[in-house]
Amino acid sequence: MNRFSLHELALEPQRLHEALRHPACGGYVAFEGAVRDHNEGRTVRRLEYEAFARLALREGERILQEACARFGVERACCAHRIGTLQIGELAVWVGVGAAHRGEAFDACRYIIDHIKQRVPIWKKEYYEDGDSGWVNCEGCAAAHQHD
Amino acid sequence: MSAAELYGLVLAGGRSTRMKRDKASLEYAGKPQLARAMALIGPLVARAFVSVRPDQLHDPYRTAYDTITDLQPDLGPLAGIQAALRAHPGQAWLVLACDLPFLSPQTLQHLIARRATARLATAYRSQFDGLPEPLCAIYEPASRGPLEAWIEQGQRCPRAWLSSSDVELLDLPEPRALDNVNTAEEYVAANSAVSTASVQRRRVNVRYFALLREQAGRGSESVQTEARTPQELYQQLRRERGLQLAPRFLRVAVNDEFGDWHQPLADGDTVVFLPPVAGG
Repeated sequence: MNRFSLHELALEPQRLHEALRHPACGGYVAFEGAVRDHNEGRTVRRLEYEAFARLALREGERILQEACARFGVERACCAHRIGTLQIGELAVWVGVGAAHRGEAFDACRYIIDHIKQRVPIWKKEYYEDGDSGWVNCEGCAAAHQHD
Repeated sequence: MSAAELYGLVLAGGRSTRMKRDKASLEYAGKPQLARAMALIGPLVARAFVSVRPDQLHDPYRTAYDTITDLQPDLGPLAGIQAALRAHPGQAWLVLACDLPFLSPQTLQHLIARRATARLATAYRSQFDGLPEPLCAIYEPASRGPLEAWIEQGQRCPRAWLSSSDVELLDLPEPRALDNVNTAEEYVAANSAVSTASVQRRRVNVRYFALLREQAGRGSESVQTEARTPQELYQQLRRERGLQLAPRFLRVAVNDEFGDWHQPLADGDTVVFLPPVAGG
């Protein structure tokens, strides 16, 4: 069972973990990414995630399959939030089940790293001073002015 | 028995006496028609070949592709079909004349979808005389024996062979799809029609996300465009919508899959320009 999913409501790690269980697995590793109250020196009030859902689901699924093939793990799953999130809320959950801990850690790391780099999901930060900005994009717009 | 794998054969061997020039290099909407035919057939078959006569083996238009050389002279199009069936006896062949400027992917897809693998061939009925069209047809591996016997009898008309054989005949989904072009006057008219159609008819859907959605002031739109590639489309939208991100920061997706800035756009495609992502 590989599954990449997008959620508009709060993630429930307990249920996600239950779905991951498998008799062949002796090791489980989960990564939980939560909304932080600061970024690059600014105080963050809340976040908004937006996804190109059809491609995000495809690319997310591909990453999970790659991780399973590459590290020989039994199970891999990732759930990602979209919509408005408050500080402390869970934004992403990655879970891996494997025979042994080593490949479970490696696969989990691979998945979260590639999710961040490849899946078409965007994050907008709303700051304490009322300003807001798209993470990884605003620098490009600024750079463009000097193109 | 499972269906034989489909190979493609584009016939571009004919001497074009009425056109007074090589048909393969004749251009429609700026592209040589041999290249148009190969681009059309390529995605639909496992391998695609150009049929050539021995004296065309050094022609650059043809040798840009895999070729199959005629074995017998003066057989016309039958020589190409015969050579293909002999070269790869286990394959079925989608045979296509290169000079069909109005042929669309839809007409070829329809032929493949309705292919009758238990018969010797699948072909369209001519909209003019109701006879089979031999040069946009699928020849099954089993057609080889009967075709060779037909040639052995001194025959050389593939249409007559199809008419007298166990062949699946289909009506054309687009009536003009197989109209061909034989004279300079017909060519001028056809090129004008094809060029106009390829410029005017392209309507693509664009979806915007994140920063680009805010800059465009909308989540999606239908755009009438002359852009041939996502790159040209983005140039147009940067002007019209005031998009601020340079293309080097973006990726492109076409029809819900990652794409290429230089891939050809088709009517009805959905294009997304992806700003730098920030999931997790």
